[in-house]
Amino acid sequence: MAIEVRVPTILRSYTDGQRAVEAAGDTIAELLTDLDAKFPGLRARLITDDGALHRFVNVYVNDEDVRFLGALDAKLGDGDTVTILPAVAGGAVAGGAVAGGAAALS
Amino acid sequence: MARFDSLLDACGGTPLVGLPRLSPSSDVRLWAKLEDRNPTGSVKDRPAVWMIRAAEAAGQIRPGDTILEPTSGNTGIALAMVAKLRGYRLVCVMPENVSAERIQLLRMYGAEIIFSPAAGGSNVAVAMARQIATEHPDWVMLNQYANEGNARAHYETTGPELLRDLPTITHFVAGLGTTGTLMGVGRFLREKVEGIEIVAAEPRYGELVYGLRNIDEGYVPELYDATVLTRRFSVGTRDAVLRTRQLVEVEGLFVGFSTGAVLHAALAVAHEAAKAGKRADVAFVVADGGWKYLSTGAYGGTLSDAEGALDGQLWA
Repeated sequence: MAIEVRVPTILRSYTDGQRAVEAAGDTIAELLTDLDAKFPGLRARLITDDGALHRFVNVYVNDEDVRFLGALDAKLGDGDTVTILPAVAGGAVAGGAVAGGAAALS
Repeated sequence: MARFDSLLDACGGTPLVGLPRLSPSSDVRLWAKLEDRNPTGSVKDRPAVWMIRAAEAAGQIRPGDTILEPTSGNTGIALAMVAKLRGYRLVCVMPENVSAERIQLLRMYGAEIIFSPAAGGSNVAVAMARQIATEHPDWVMLNQYANEGNARAHYETTGPELLRDLPTITHFVAGLGTTGTLMGVGRFLREKVEGIEIVAAEPRYGELVYGLRNIDEGYVPELYDATVLTRRFSVGTRDAVLRTRQLVEVEGLFVGFSTGAVLHAALAVAHEAAKAGKRADVAFVVADGGWKYLSTGAYGGTLSDAEGALDGQLWA
């Protein structure tokens, strides 16, 4: 079962720079385990030591937030798209990326 | 009664308008709450009036004081109008990548603007405002992201208006930014309407906006309480533009792009209800009109052109 996973810029160091990767699993938890086998270290950036989704990470299945679909138990189907994004306020991560970073990105 | 003693008193009491052409059926209806009909043209007039009145009542500010606020636009414009009428000086901290109209409007109302870098968006503005606040201890930062008055405005006004005008409401859909609208209206409707669905539509911007910083430095507004929501959608630029155009084409409503994102989520839940054979009255918030975004050029041309024009901009 193929699921497309969209990876945010800040986590692409784990995916050899790829914006989207493929993984498998019947739930988000299984998908993340499969992802971690392919891209070691990625799961630890998304899941806390308590085994919950990191507070500042949002994960969406077909554009819907998984926290309202059973969180890590959210079900996945063939052809679904999973999007990982940093938590934002009115549209952005906190902390202050510098303007120079913007030029490098665009 | 359509007569008011001042512009401040004309805030709220906005129309709720049916959208018969976009509604899936006569049993599943869409309703638009026209918040662009507020004094400065956006939903933010409600929290602006409420937060300033609450701060005055609490003795935190009095005319002549300086108010400092991180804002990507509408809240700043609303605060600028209230500040002018109540005698305050307003300093706004906003990302440099917001539309030209917002900047012109703020300056026209007499607000001073400090720009924050485009990359990182609103959160950088918030961080910068906090820094400036420490340098000017006599300035007052209302902080819409944490100010209870923001959600309270909607609990006391928007929520009751919706229930009065649409007692059969089953779904409430709004944009998620400071979370004030969803928290306030959501709490009110949850108390009054059994089984109500509170649906958030969160704008998903171009990659630039999300910056390059570590995930540990993310930010969730202090006002946000996930238990108030029942669902939360992330809506990309393309879908937001598509729905914005559809709304003006099919129903004659000219709205800003954040409302396009909200409509996208509203249509999703409406069509789900229709498919399941359930009755539904889905009310959603039109946060502002399209006027302030014309300079983006995203109302014309192909969808891809529009997506490109908005890439890297805070369109909601």
